[in-house]
Amino acid sequence: MNCLKMKIAIAVLAAGVSFSSVAAEITVAYDADPVSLDPHEQISSGTLQMSHLLFDPLIRYDNNFKLEARLATSWERINNTTYRFHLRKGVKFHSGNLLTVDDVIWTFDRLRNSIDFKAIYAPFKEMIKIDDYTFDIISYKPFPLVLQTATYIFPMDKKFYTGQFNGKSKSLIVKNGRSFASTHVSGTGPFIVTFREQGVKVVFERFNDYWDKSSPGNVDKLTLVPIKENATRVAALLSGDVDLIQPVGPNDQKRVSTTKGIKLVTLQSNRILTFQLNQKSNPALRDVRVRQAIVYAINNTGIVKKIMKGFATVAAQQSPEGYVGHNETLVPRYDLKKAKQLMIDAGYKDGFKLTMLAPNNRYVNDAKIAQAVASMLAKIGIKVDLKTVPKAQYWPAFDTCSADMMMVGWQSDTEDSANFTEFLTMTRNEKTGKGAYNCGYYSNPEVDKLVNDAGSETNPDTRAKMLQKVERILYDDAAFVPLHWQNIAWGAKSNIGIKDIVTSTNLPFFGDLIVK
Amino acid sequence: MLTFLGQRLIQALIVMFVISLVAFAIQDNLGDPLREMVGQSVSLAERQALRDEMGLNDPYLTKYSRFIVNALHGDLGTSYFLKKPVLDIILDKLQATLELVFGAALIILFVSIPLGVYSAIHPKSISTKIIMTLSSLGISVPVFLTAIMLMYIFSIELNWLPSYGRGDTINVWGWETGFLTKDGLLHLILPCISLASIMLPLFIRLVRSEMLEALGSEYVKFATAKGLSLQKIYYQHALKNTMLPVITVGGVQIGTMIAYTILTETVFQWPGTGFLFLDAINRVDTPVITAYVIFVGLIFVVTNTFVDLLYGLINPTVDITGKGA
Repeated sequence: MNCLKMKIAIAVLAAGVSFSSVAAEITVAYDADPVSLDPHEQISSGTLQMSHLLFDPLIRYDNNFKLEARLATSWERINNTTYRFHLRKGVKFHSGNLLTVDDVIWTFDRLRNSIDFKAIYAPFKEMIKIDDYTFDIISYKPFPLVLQTATYIFPMDKKFYTGQFNGKSKSLIVKNGRSFASTHVSGTGPFIVTFREQGVKVVFERFNDYWDKSSPGNVDKLTLVPIKENATRVAALLSGDVDLIQPVGPNDQKRVSTTKGIKLVTLQSNRILTFQLNQKSNPALRDVRVRQAIVYAINNTGIVKKIMKGFATVAAQQSPEGYVGHNETLVPRYDLKKAKQLMIDAGYKDGFKLTMLAPNNRYVNDAKIAQAVASMLAKIGIKVDLKTVPKAQYWPAFDTCSADMMMVGWQSDTEDSANFTEFLTMTRNEKTGKGAYNCGYYSNPEVDKLVNDAGSETNPDTRAKMLQKVERILYDDAAFVPLHWQNIAWGAKSNIGIKDIVTSTNLPFFGDLIVK
Repeated sequence: MLTFLGQRLIQALIVMFVISLVAFAIQDNLGDPLREMVGQSVSLAERQALRDEMGLNDPYLTKYSRFIVNALHGDLGTSYFLKKPVLDIILDKLQATLELVFGAALIILFVSIPLGVYSAIHPKSISTKIIMTLSSLGISVPVFLTAIMLMYIFSIELNWLPSYGRGDTINVWGWETGFLTKDGLLHLILPCISLASIMLPLFIRLVRSEMLEALGSEYVKFATAKGLSLQKIYYQHALKNTMLPVITVGGVQIGTMIAYTILTETVFQWPGTGFLFLDAINRVDTPVITAYVIFVGLIFVVTNTFVDLLYGLINPTVDITGKGA
């Protein structure tokens, strides 16, 4: 009798266990599929999203924007310029090879040869092997962003990528052609690629020897399909053809959030959308009062409410909340009366003319936002000659800063405030590459100095103060027009635990996804 | 006949040459392909170096002659984005497009002829008026709207048909077909109807007017007077003569339909050449754009020639060599 009870108990237990870990197959629709299987070919969210499926980083940001140990189990600062990392043991690549420090160093060197990634690793002198599971990373100067940059190191399988393929080295990074690494992959990630037809679908299947046994994920097979049109992507979700979509356009969000059996998950991203005020092409914009008038005249809160349908966070600075440089004292400042007064003070009572250029297929609602801004500026007498062009034509125009007001969005590659200023608002300098996207030609030695110093300040509190001061100066100088941070939106069937795996960096951890 | 073909071949070569010149000339105005290939922080100098490496900074004539020499060797270039020879890509994607066009052509054939004939035989009936009104509406509604409406009704609300893609396909002698699987057929329905909706009104009207003309002709009157059954007159005699212009227009329109697939394919994420082309424009994948433009030009030239030949075969009174009459 006892024996029978026991058997039943075991059977129930076994059934319970197998029930909770029941394998799931899901289909995910993005607006595009990864360009290449090579994680170092292009720095883009598509590539990084793929990297989190096929590889693992040393460290990653969890969904509270805190650093979480992955392939590195721990790390410590040894001196001003050296960080020591300890590597996880027993981690297997898809090929069966074991992960060691040699793979990490090989990956690090490869990153430094990638034209997209090399800028991020420029502050580093070298990586040194201590033993098979310990290494040091050494920077030229004290460098505050070592851990942030470690989130981009996804160790690749050195043995797998060494050798010859079609007469060329397997490790070669090729942008405009086929390479071994763009079509073959061996990482440590939770998934392997079992089928790939570019532009149609990629099938990922669970890697049986995945090191992270504690991962709660139960997705066995993940099919990624690109669906370009917003309306079609939403239709595919609503009709049940796919389980998860991203992005969801502002016009479809209400529909997705109110449909039964489907949910909408949104979170703030760190991509800031701005207008730059070109002081070189339009003399009026050299006057700080005119720039302030423009900022005061633009109702960016209204833009977020009406055009973005609440699907963005109003901005008054570059750094989003959570970034070290985020300055809480800076608030949006829409005040038409004050704007008009500033125009009078600056001697432009009758206004002036300026040219504006914006893309029409790069950012969410970009052309509509530009039109709204143009009509808001008309209220303070500024006559805007607006032109919107496809992104393909926009960037060549942006390279030459060809209009007085140009729209630009920016996402920080390092998840750090300084990156915004380095590219958007520091004085243009061809040698150092600083201010490369500064089409406002704003130049302030104090800002330059603060950001440069912050680049080697390792005390987090001092550094935060410096970068917050930068935001304050840019705000007071009205160096640019802040609009908003775009939100990220996911649409999912209600059995998909998407909320637990998405981050503000927009790099979801599908390995940990739970499907009920 | 041979002289005709010879003349046509020369004409076709000239047309293709002009198309290639134009297709090549627009390249530089499409934007900067590098932007889609590198990250935001890559410096201008590095982008220039990559441009040099890819030969984008060469003068027009150098680029064009290089293209022509390669093209004559059967190499139309390599896609920047898909990283395969563009000819292979186009031929690969063409299967999906041809299936879509074939499906749409079947719908047009089996809907336009009965409706056109019916409305010609019963010009005053209410059904005819409904058909004619609907066909005028059909002409004026843009295809992407039709597509989205169909998707809304049949995929989202009724949940009968899938919303995107081709579904399951099977490989028959190297051809990936969706016509032989249930899933593939279900996926074909909405895109085919959308694509057919562009041409359907035109064909209904064409069949109707040709049929009306035939019904008013002497031989029909004579046949009626002779006492032949109406069925025989309508379907054996009048319909036969109606088909001639329908074939001519139809042939030419098939070329147009292949070009029109751009919108339909984009809405349904149909992996064919039209979608490929629009995607290539967005990504400034110039080798694909150039090759596609030349390819569509070729389709037009070939279908036009073919229709002329067919016309001569069906109606011997037409002298295609242009010497007679």
